[in-house]
Amino acid sequence: MLEARDITVRFGDRTVLDATAITVADGEVVALLGPSGVGKSTLLRVLAGLLVADAGTVLLDGVDITRLPSHRRNIGLVFQDEQLFPHLTVAGNVGFGLRMQGAPKAAIAERVRELLALVGLAGFEARRVNGLSGGEAKRVALARALAPRPRVLLLDEPLTGLDRDLHDRLAGDLAALLRTTGTTALLVTHDRDEATAIADRTVILIER
Amino acid sequence: MPALATLPAAGLALFFAFPLITLLARVVRPGSFADALDTPGLTHVVWFTLWQAALSTVLTLVVGFAPAYVLARYRFAGRRAVLAAVTVPFMLPTVVVGAAFLALLPQSWHGTARAVIVAHVFFNVAVVVRLLGSMWAVVPEQITAAARTLGASPWQLLRHVVVPLLRPGLWAAGTVVFLFTFTSFGTVRLLGGPANTTIEVEIARRATSLGDVDGAAVLSMVQFVLLAAVVWLSTRFQRKAAVQLAGAPTVRRARTRGQRRLVRGVAGATAVLMVAPLAVMVSRSLRLGGHWTLSAWRTLGRTEVRPGIGLGIDPLASLFTSLRFAAVAALISVVVGTLAALAIGSARRHGRLLDIGLMLPLGTSAVTIGLGILITFDTAPIDWRAKWWLIPVGHALVATPFVVRALVPVLRSIPADQRAAAAVLGASPWRAWCNVDVRRIAAPLVGAAGLAAAISLGEFGATTFLTRAGRETMPIAIARLLGRAGEVPRAQGFALATMLLSATAAIAAIADSRGALDARGA
Repeated sequence: MLEARDITVRFGDRTVLDATAITVADGEVVALLGPSGVGKSTLLRVLAGLLVADAGTVLLDGVDITRLPSHRRNIGLVFQDEQLFPHLTVAGNVGFGLRMQGAPKAAIAERVRELLALVGLAGFEARRVNGLSGGEAKRVALARALAPRPRVLLLDEPLTGLDRDLHDRLAGDLAALLRTTGTTALLVTHDRDEATAIADRTVILIER
Repeated sequence: MPALATLPAAGLALFFAFPLITLLARVVRPGSFADALDTPGLTHVVWFTLWQAALSTVLTLVVGFAPAYVLARYRFAGRRAVLAAVTVPFMLPTVVVGAAFLALLPQSWHGTARAVIVAHVFFNVAVVVRLLGSMWAVVPEQITAAARTLGASPWQLLRHVVVPLLRPGLWAAGTVVFLFTFTSFGTVRLLGGPANTTIEVEIARRATSLGDVDGAAVLSMVQFVLLAAVVWLSTRFQRKAAVQLAGAPTVRRARTRGQRRLVRGVAGATAVLMVAPLAVMVSRSLRLGGHWTLSAWRTLGRTEVRPGIGLGIDPLASLFTSLRFAAVAALISVVVGTLAALAIGSARRHGRLLDIGLMLPLGTSAVTIGLGILITFDTAPIDWRAKWWLIPVGHALVATPFVVRALVPVLRSIPADQRAAAAVLGASPWRAWCNVDVRRIAAPLVGAAGLAAAISLGEFGATTFLTRAGRETMPIAIARLLGRAGEVPRAQGFALATMLLSATAAIAAIADSRGALDARGA
């Protein structure tokens, strides 16, 4: 279970988050809705450990991880603009997390194959990421974040910037994928339909 | 406009191609190759040249890494000052850098390989900061965040993401630094001592001290081949390492406490390290017998150390000689460079040829240029050895490419429409040219002229061959003074180096404000 309490973030004299709280239970998919500029992405960065909050606590399974650096949290994050590593192949990207853990090569290859099949990109291992289409890049980013089996997966507007058709198809795939893998997930979006299509529960972040 | 190209092409043929061919003719003479390569100690020279260049390059990349990051990524108070502190040494004459490290390093370091390498690192950090920094500025910050959420520790992040993404920049900077340190002359001459000789220094020693011109010619060709090989290899690797990075540069203020500490620490340490050698050199010019004194400065105009004991050179006169040569060299480079730039801008294919031709002297070591001119123009019918203008012509050969580089992009950016518009409004072609083109190139031209003057002021390699008694330039005088035993000539050497430092820094500041430095930095 991921739990954030009283998270406050200030940039200079602007308060972005003021004592915000959120809880995601094991296996649950929660959507975080709200207008842009309300601090949704900032909250995700705090949960992922990329940003240290000015106040508040983050608990993972009851353990305080507020001060734990990002790379020791095992919390995955899918970026809005993918942020794939341009110097690596698709397999290199998907296997990156396992490589950082020092997993054996054969195990990494096996897991990469499994995940690429899961996101519908079987056989894409040797492709360069620069040649991927928008939808393919999203799928690779998802596979990359899932590969190290994160305790919680955070998704920052993962379907923004796709055309309607592709968006709807991917939303369905994503919902199914999160269920089959039993992933605990927190999805940030500004699209109410997307939230209901993917999540079990919706939380709305409002401006004070 | 082929007529415009006549003067630049003729100058290039006479003062660059002809000497190089003469040099080559010496090399292919039977026996000269075997003789030159059969000298004891040559393997040692080549080996030293290679390993000191390799080590200097690696250390420069390591030392320049953090400042490149901080200067590319963060905006902070004093950023411009730190950037200037890093860039200035690169603009400095090698003799000044050598003098600064003679002043800074303890006596036990003089004449050692480590002194040479430390000075090389100091001199070339600017290359890493500029070339690697421009690369680093476009590495998306989010991509490092992605790696961290995937479990990459700071060390893994550096090794598996940052370094691979920066590899093209590392190659580019590494190649430039390697080429500079491989052909380093002034610094090695001052700091290396007799035991640590690069090919470049050995060429000069053979030609001027031993009178073995054939041997020197062979060595300069050997060096040329090695350099070409390095450039070829590096461009191949660079192409392989190329990674596409999209996105605008992100420069921002430090936000977290850790970031602020990093920026402050790196910027502060960099500024201190870059300024200290120069500051120590200035202070050493003011110290004699353990006291602060201006006497080294006051006696610069005297040619005698003590009554009856001659110095052999007149330090103050060298200042005026240098200034005169710099003015002439700047004039030649500006005239020739402007004509060349106009020709390159207006002609298509031949323009490109001239462009490449004018760049060649840059790829040729200064010592090779000097040696070529020396052996070409010393016999009838063209015995110009005693002519004073041979030195500024040599300087202009090195400086002209920078003038061309500064002007060509400006000229290319002038839309043809503007000239047409002027013509439609009734301006004659000449008037249109004056109004449109001249106005645009005036500012970069001033910068380029300054740069040419600065290059001439600091030129040491080619001048070593062409200098004549009574007409020593400042770098020559500094090297002689610092080569002498005794406190007074040393302090005078530091004083003269301080003057050269100030002159170069002043000119560099003017050139930088005109944007001419970008042509050199990249």
